[in-house]
Amino acid sequence: MSAQRNPGAAAVERYGWPRAHRWLLMRRASQLLILGLFLLGPVAGVWLIKGNLASSLTLDWLPLSDPYVLVQSLFAGHVAAGTALLGALIVLAVYAAIGGRVYCAWVCPVNVVTDGAHWLRSRLDLQKGWQPKRNTRLWLLAATLAVSLATGTIAWEFVNPVSMVFRGLVFGMGFAWVVVAAVFLFDLVVSRRGWCGHICPVGAFYGLVGSASLLRVRADRRAACDDCMDCFAVCPEPQVLTPALKGARHGRGPVILSSDCSNCGRCIDVCSQEVFRFGTRFNNRTWSDLPEPEQRKGRNAASAPGVGT
Amino acid sequence: MPNQKPVNRRSFLAGTARTACGVGLAGLLLALYAGQARSRPVTALRAPGALPEAAFLGTCVRCGLCVRDCPYDTLRLAKLGEPVALGTPYFVAREVPCEMCEDIPCVKACPTGALDPGLTDIDDARMGVAVLVDHETCLNYLGLRCDVCYRVCPVLGEAITLERLHNPRTGKHALFIPTVHSDHCTGCGKCERSCVLEEAAIKVLPRKVALGELGHHYRLGWEEKAKRGESLVPGLVDLPDRLPEARP
Repeated sequence: MSAQRNPGAAAVERYGWPRAHRWLLMRRASQLLILGLFLLGPVAGVWLIKGNLASSLTLDWLPLSDPYVLVQSLFAGHVAAGTALLGALIVLAVYAAIGGRVYCAWVCPVNVVTDGAHWLRSRLDLQKGWQPKRNTRLWLLAATLAVSLATGTIAWEFVNPVSMVFRGLVFGMGFAWVVVAAVFLFDLVVSRRGWCGHICPVGAFYGLVGSASLLRVRADRRAACDDCMDCFAVCPEPQVLTPALKGARHGRGPVILSSDCSNCGRCIDVCSQEVFRFGTRFNNRTWSDLPEPEQRKGRNAASAPGVGT
Repeated sequence: MPNQKPVNRRSFLAGTARTACGVGLAGLLLALYAGQARSRPVTALRAPGALPEAAFLGTCVRCGLCVRDCPYDTLRLAKLGEPVALGTPYFVAREVPCEMCEDIPCVKACPTGALDPGLTDIDDARMGVAVLVDHETCLNYLGLRCDVCYRVCPVLGEAITLERLHNPRTGKHALFIPTVHSDHCTGCGKCERSCVLEEAAIKVLPRKVALGELGHHYRLGWEEKAKRGESLVPGLVDLPDRLPEARP
């Protein structure tokens, strides 16, 4: 499994290191830029953005708020004032368009922690460990809303590592680094891709927000796939790849439609055959990338009664 | 997926039950923790206009915009490990009291209404109430004229007054007792901050902790009498008062 140990080696060889890491580098730049903008005020006294990811004010006029926090507040029995609601609607609209879990891959500070844990885990060649079901995070999301309802508080914010880390960096850490270490160790020792991939209800919420998003990764050149499996090795949610990459024979289009996909673009980076690219969810051709006889066979099968069982 | 086990009803139900139980347990722990976090130490005061604590914890998103707009760096967000609900804004009067800005920037900054925008006059703020908790060390109680708490009070002469009492120790001097009036005290904490003692004798406490409440059916006889202009019980026989006899 040399491909598993060093996924993307073929792409690096073919296109060079920078291009084979361009989306990863852009993602790190995005995470740093967002944190940097928030830190510019407290560190340098330049107040472009005030607040944190829960709610912020940019250039003294653009309010942005975390819709998940406000939904919990709603369950706690409080309708937030207009500024926060407006900010949450703006955030919802943006993520509904570009993919909810873009938050996870391009904004969230914990992503760096869990990616680091995953990097070390693959270096140490550790087993995948405990793998709770992918939908555990949805259950936990429901549980946080139930607890908000029962206690009248914004429940997840008492323990949320995401806001703890970001608030810690911008307003002062306290013992929040312990939580960072705990998440890192959880992903390193207990469960591969455990926190972001199975547990975190924030990601689950944003996944739901982006379930009809326009911006998608597409396996448009899937016919060129040489089955090297590098994309599966780097993808934090590899279950989203299969239908798009290998779905041609089942009549599935090349667009990655699962809302679990965080649009991180790592699959684009590591593919030496340029199978993937960013695109829209539209024009999800189903058969056209197959050779003509296969197309006909597929269409006949799809229109035959009893298909899909 | 060739190596995936087939999903049958039994394994589906077992798996779902396992997830539900695990998440249910996590939710229970979260609920217990959230319940615990509702208790706040008496020294941690909320910003002006803060909703009652239970509603505050359901409305405040811990964004820190109030902290940023506080010109005196009075407010801060509770860090992990501090005894205040994680991430919520508070201040400690003995360290940095509220300066009671006329334009109340913290309330204006709050995007959610956890700091009630209905508060437009800072004198109406009720962050707590000052209480002269220690009569044994307060210098004015000892007969000195410290008066610092009285003089720094932003609601001068209304929230704290100096009530004159006889000084039985010297027999010929007066005690000027700082006396807080809860209907004027905003709980800004300037008195507690300025108290000259090692440990403040006057402290701002949550109003719920510090204030009593009369029975709702109680009527004060002398007020009712003044309202009516005469005694409510006519023809009351006024017996002679028996004064304590002087000891030899």
